[in-house]
Amino acid sequence: MLTPQNEAALAEAVAAASGPLRVAGGGTRPVGNPVTGEVLSVSGLTGVTLYEPGALTLVVAAGTPLADVEAALAKENQRLAFEPMDHRGLLGTEGEPTIGGVAAANVSGPRRIAVGACRDHLLGVRFVDGQGTVLKNGGRVMKNVTGYDLVKLLCGSYGTLGVLTEVSLKVLPKPDVTGVVLIEGLSNEDAVRALSMALGSPFEVTGAAHTPVGVDGDPVTMIRIEGFEASVAYRLERLQDLLRSFGTSATETDPEKTAAGWRWVRDVEAFHGAPGDVWRISVKPSDGPAVAQALQAEGLLYDWGGGLVWARVAEGTDVRAMSDGVRGHATLVRASEETRRKLGAFHPETAPLAAISKGLREKFDPRGIFNPGLMG
Amino acid sequence: MEMPVPNPAILARKDRLVQRLRGVLPADAVIDDAAETRAYECDALTAYRCPPLCAVLPASTEQVAAVLKICHEEGVPVVPRGSGTSLAGGALPTADSVILGVARLNEVLEVDYDNRLIRVQAGRTNLSVTGAVEEEDFFYAPDPSSQLACAIAGNIAMNSGGAHCLKYGVTTNNLLGVTLVTMEGEVVEFGGAHLDAGGLDLLGVICGSEGQLGVVTEATLRILRKPEGARPVLMGFNSPEVAGACVADIIKAGVLPVAMEYMDRLCIEVTDEFSGAGYPDCEALLIVEVEGSPAEIDEQLGVIMQIARRHDPVELREAKDADEAARIWLGRKSAFGAVGQINDYMCLDGTIPVSSLPHVLRRIGEMSQDYGLKVGNVFHAGDGNMHPLILFDANKPGDLELCERFGADILRLCVEVGGCLTGEHGVGIEKRDLMLDQYTPEDLQAQLHVKDVFDPAWLLNPAKVFPLSLSESRRAAA
Repeated sequence: MLTPQNEAALAEAVAAASGPLRVAGGGTRPVGNPVTGEVLSVSGLTGVTLYEPGALTLVVAAGTPLADVEAALAKENQRLAFEPMDHRGLLGTEGEPTIGGVAAANVSGPRRIAVGACRDHLLGVRFVDGQGTVLKNGGRVMKNVTGYDLVKLLCGSYGTLGVLTEVSLKVLPKPDVTGVVLIEGLSNEDAVRALSMALGSPFEVTGAAHTPVGVDGDPVTMIRIEGFEASVAYRLERLQDLLRSFGTSATETDPEKTAAGWRWVRDVEAFHGAPGDVWRISVKPSDGPAVAQALQAEGLLYDWGGGLVWARVAEGTDVRAMSDGVRGHATLVRASEETRRKLGAFHPETAPLAAISKGLREKFDPRGIFNPGLMG
Repeated sequence: MEMPVPNPAILARKDRLVQRLRGVLPADAVIDDAAETRAYECDALTAYRCPPLCAVLPASTEQVAAVLKICHEEGVPVVPRGSGTSLAGGALPTADSVILGVARLNEVLEVDYDNRLIRVQAGRTNLSVTGAVEEEDFFYAPDPSSQLACAIAGNIAMNSGGAHCLKYGVTTNNLLGVTLVTMEGEVVEFGGAHLDAGGLDLLGVICGSEGQLGVVTEATLRILRKPEGARPVLMGFNSPEVAGACVADIIKAGVLPVAMEYMDRLCIEVTDEFSGAGYPDCEALLIVEVEGSPAEIDEQLGVIMQIARRHDPVELREAKDADEAARIWLGRKSAFGAVGQINDYMCLDGTIPVSSLPHVLRRIGEMSQDYGLKVGNVFHAGDGNMHPLILFDANKPGDLELCERFGADILRLCVEVGGCLTGEHGVGIEKRDLMLDQYTPEDLQAQLHVKDVFDPAWLLNPAKVFPLSLSESRRAAA
């Protein structure tokens, strides 16, 4: 395993590599097609380079543990608003998630529906390309259209275009209070209709999820709002009014309970330790229930107002074949190496997109040494 | 600003090209008469003009594909054009290029309130997208000052922002998918009604690529429900430093206003006369707007005004009613126009870290003395996106060049303090030759590689964004 301690050493290691490299942050998110090669760990590159709370910006080395980043932000009452999920429970991995891993996999959580994904909060990157050249794109300011946006291209490229060495992020203030409207007993279709109504209201919903089987066994639909205390109280009441036609609702504002509830959604805790393959399906919200219905899943969780379907299915099930004809993409997040190899972890791209992606990989990594085949 | 020498071989092929284009478009959609092509000789960067070889106005994705296929076969450069409101020369033609205007692609294709999206043809204007969903109290968030005229296609090309992006983000954060036609004439779908790409985020790199990767003909955009209400508060301060400190304190306090706009004395005076907003006599003015129900607005403005009071404002005025709110905004929104009435000016667009605001404003003041040209500052303070307006006299020989040198120095200063050359207007030709002040040649090669993949023949808007010396070999091969 290569564990360079700074960017220059990492660039040298890449330039000197004679074979494929498996790029790793904390190693907690082994998502993608199985890859062979020597591990190139970014965990030696750590530390906050710059943090300006008054400018809402943070620049940090890619190998910095996510926990350190979150602790530094918490001291200033700020946070990563895109709510990156922790994959350890779902994938049964150990180790420390890194901020670079979050960016490389564009990891977001329930708040993605309101504030955007990791890609929307990533202001700049430094990375090493396949030839060992250190490159930068973007910067540390909120608005930047200077040249092409390679920041987006790198975010979610799973280390196949370059190895991230430093990331700049937009951070946001933590709200004072979180409130949740809870409705029990809705069908999947009604739940998505209720979530859609809430998301289409002026009340700034920052979480919209539904589980057909809640902790008590009954379906639970959850709608989150955040802000100042009086504002949250007001909006909870208005939302309950708005959703009256869906039956009685309850509210919850206990900080620990609401945090635990949304962590449960974010990390898909319902599937932890349960058998089977896990798929993550992104579709138009109103398509969610029908897509889920077709899967004969053993477990389901709807996030993003119905647009993100987490499905736990029997090992080896080809979910894509069952949702054929629906626009969107299905990622095989958890499965045996054999199944991932057979079905492909990432949704197959259309021919023109595949050609562009292949062309870009050949330009950024001409020797094809970064996580070869991981994305297909 | 240097532009490539037109290719005489292409100029010689004009008749054949026009004939072929007429074969795939209606008669009125191909413009090659010298008097009529003048309408396309420039965009809002009017200092530079050059009529194109011809202009085409396709009305469907299929027609766009047919045009591009022909131009690709003929080896003719194509300059895509939205509404021509670019301040950076993004739609400036060369004499050997075809202007591809998307103005006739202006239909709404689908409105889906349940999924909070709208699908439009890309020539539709920004404001008319909101117009199409207003009856249900929805809106499209990015709001560039030119929103009455500018096209979604141009917004996507430049990744346009606006006054309200502190809360709602810029175009790329509100764009779900596009239909793009490649230079070869292939129609390709990127993204769609669902969130986030399954593979590489190609949509993310298309947005902001200044019409160099393909021609966007349709777009799927996120729409949002309008807030219950909004109200601005106006604050006057005796120095830019104090105003800057107040901005940082508001952000740190955990209130996220929907907009925070800054104007300096020159802009205050000019816009006040123009709009009758009743702005105070002071060095720096902030307009801070929050949204929500009346009670929520009261609470947020309470916090904001308490912070402002700690900074000894010379004036602190909450809009009492919609009329006063409108007048407060009218001054700010008409700033460019009002300054334009008294003088020629060049509008810059650099972004800086908010913490550098006082330093940068002081340096701009010093440089203004050195160059002997006045500067007005108006900008989005919450995100550090500055719009210095340098006043010059277009009729005075050498003044434009002096102004450009001054502008370049300001933009270098933005980069020096950790910012960038352009926050929302784009590079175009205007900032093209400054790109090496922000990026290394290797950084730019990585961007050129992206164009190599999307447009191997280098025919789409080829003389923009990158210093000509860097793109020369690629353009020559075309």
